Amino acid sequence: MKLNGSQILIETLLEQGTDTIFGYPGGAVLNIYDELYKYSDRIRHVLTAHEQGASHAADGYARATGKVGVCLATSGPGATNLVTGIATAYMDSIPMVAITGNVGTSFIGRDSFQEVYIAGITMPITKHNFVVRRIEELADTVRLAFEIAMSGRPGPVLIDIPKDVTAAVCEFEHKPAAQKRPNPKIEQEQIKKMADMINRSERPVIFFGGGVIASGASELLEELIHRADIPACHAMMGIGALRCDDPLNMGMIGMHGWVSAGRAVDKADLLIALGTRFSDRVATKMGDFATGAKIVQVDIDPAEVNKNIAVDHNVIGDARDVLEALLPMIDHADHTPWKQQIETWKTRMDYKPKDDDSVLRPHQLMRKIDELISKDDIIATDVGQHQMWAAQFTGREKPRTFLSSGGLGTMGYGYGAAIGAQVGQPDRKVVHITGDGSFHMNLQEMCTAVSFRLPVITVVVNNSVLGMVRQWQTSFYGQRYSNTDPHRKTDFVKLAEAFGAKGIRCRTLAEFDAAMREALQADGPVIIDAVVDKDERVLPFIPAGQTIRNVVVD
Amino acid sequence: MEKYIISALVKNRSGVLARVSSLFGRRGFNIDSLTVSPTTDEAFSRITIVVIGDEYTLEQVLKQMAKLEECVAVSHIEEEDAFCWELVLVKIRGDAAVRESVREICAVYGANVVDSNEKTIIVRMDGTPSHLNTFLSVIHSFDIVESSRTGVTAVHKDAVLK
Repeated sequence: MKLNGSQILIETLLEQGTDTIFGYPGGAVLNIYDELYKYSDRIRHVLTAHEQGASHAADGYARATGKVGVCLATSGPGATNLVTGIATAYMDSIPMVAITGNVGTSFIGRDSFQEVYIAGITMPITKHNFVVRRIEELADTVRLAFEIAMSGRPGPVLIDIPKDVTAAVCEFEHKPAAQKRPNPKIEQEQIKKMADMINRSERPVIFFGGGVIASGASELLEELIHRADIPACHAMMGIGALRCDDPLNMGMIGMHGWVSAGRAVDKADLLIALGTRFSDRVATKMGDFATGAKIVQVDIDPAEVNKNIAVDHNVIGDARDVLEALLPMIDHADHTPWKQQIETWKTRMDYKPKDDDSVLRPHQLMRKIDELISKDDIIATDVGQHQMWAAQFTGREKPRTFLSSGGLGTMGYGYGAAIGAQVGQPDRKVVHITGDGSFHMNLQEMCTAVSFRLPVITVVVNNSVLGMVRQWQTSFYGQRYSNTDPHRKTDFVKLAEAFGAKGIRCRTLAEFDAAMREALQADGPVIIDAVVDKDERVLPFIPAGQTIRNVVVD
Repeated sequence: MEKYIISALVKNRSGVLARVSSLFGRRGFNIDSLTVSPTTDEAFSRITIVVIGDEYTLEQVLKQMAKLEECVAVSHIEEEDAFCWELVLVKIRGDAAVRESVREICAVYGANVVDSNEKTIIVRMDGTPSHLNTFLSVIHSFDIVESSRTGVTAVHKDAVLK
């Protein structure tokens, strides 16, 4: 059949199983939007307030569902507004297809109105990108974009489509949905060597990251740690892969990780890294991480091996494939003395925040959220102190229930991500935890949540300052609070009401409990302004360039 | 710091050079020279890059290049296992006596004089990178007004890349 470019785009998206597009219309995508109007019964379009929100929503949708997220924007500023969201997805290996319109092919290169070379701009933040200059290439380009986005180490792919291509007509035939390329073949010898190292170790530690979630390997991970009796810790991206109450789960390591877990890594004789890239938030001092341990790294991306940390052995492959091959070779073991040692560190060294019900202490607030929602419910965060408190205390223990910008650290990520997650998982509660700093960056997306009646609960951990930077200024810059105390007068309750949402303010734990309970019953978005003290700090923390041996706990 | 020769077979698509140079820029890899040329198969181009760095850089360059969607094959070429060649053009300013001594040096090193007038002389030399380096160091003392070096192109002696 003969179809125009816009129809071909939508038909090929439907072919990939895409049910939702997050986007914003504009001149260069008018033809596409005209077709979206006609296809509205088959594909849902979520209009955001800003293209950045659309890109984060596509990311949140992908993280919450495991499917490829799709966002759409017009040329020029529409396209550049997607950039932060694309970079966020790239850093955290999230599968996404971003579609941008561009000026017509005859206008390209002439600095036409709303023209920008988005393929050039996004080259370093996409797995690959395309400019579709001929209508005949469009359908296969979309298919290839999906294939690339989900294969191997996932990531974002951008397709730039000039306006005339969206109108041009050509023959179209459906094909089956694009498939993931086969994972790297597992080398048995590498697995054998890894198994031998595990079976011989006395003080093993497993360190896992987002790769375990991406590959759906959490059950195998659980099996491995129990069979070989190995204490496990994780990067922030690994939150949700393992049950919190599992006695072998030591929790998060890194700049704001648990001291006992960090110490276990420091004293281990074997570190098994699964789907994690030793970012500088974890291996805080280059060349000084797990120095007493042999390190085995399992990653699907060969370029991650020896990039940040020199390792003794590596296995290239999908975490799930590797664990499946590995498990039969693993001996049952008992590492009681090692576990007892870690237990001692836990009691003696771990940070234990003090409760105070008369105010709102961040750790109590986070635990309260965990207490009031189910383990299947989703938390999306912004970036800063609240993000770390959420990572430490919200008890997420199922894959794809903790959505947070790990690599790029994008303030303003949370609301868009929460919207995307809520659209993708309508039967789950989505709680967006943010700070007053981060929320100010993209709070306009409240209108999106209102328009689409998305019952996202936003908890603004409001300390009235830019807390994370301020905390550093407290510790290292002689309390010179340069531009971290903005004296804003924003009234989040009134703001919520102005947007057509519900706003509740609370200052004590009891008030917060009541606010959350009310919000959980609401059928639209609720903003909870949770007032906390501006001197609350994220603890423990490892100062920049130092190690767990210099961790600060009070 | 060492120099390593990287040879890559890439799909002949617009923007492929930009992708490679963007990768080098982003990762902080230093390029000494870079050549791009068509191959006998018009679907592919050959990119030869001389990168300055250490073993770590080399490993990362190879792995990161391999991740590019349009990179079909990439490998490190050891100079002794490959035929490496480049060309340089040098314009030297000088009077008749200077031009005569340039001619003499050219004869010794197998370089050719391709142009000469009252003010300048242009010489062309092709050879291995080290051969060119020697020649350039010898003529370094002359008043060189312009020079242009193509960068290395290389073909592995036995291994099949594609």
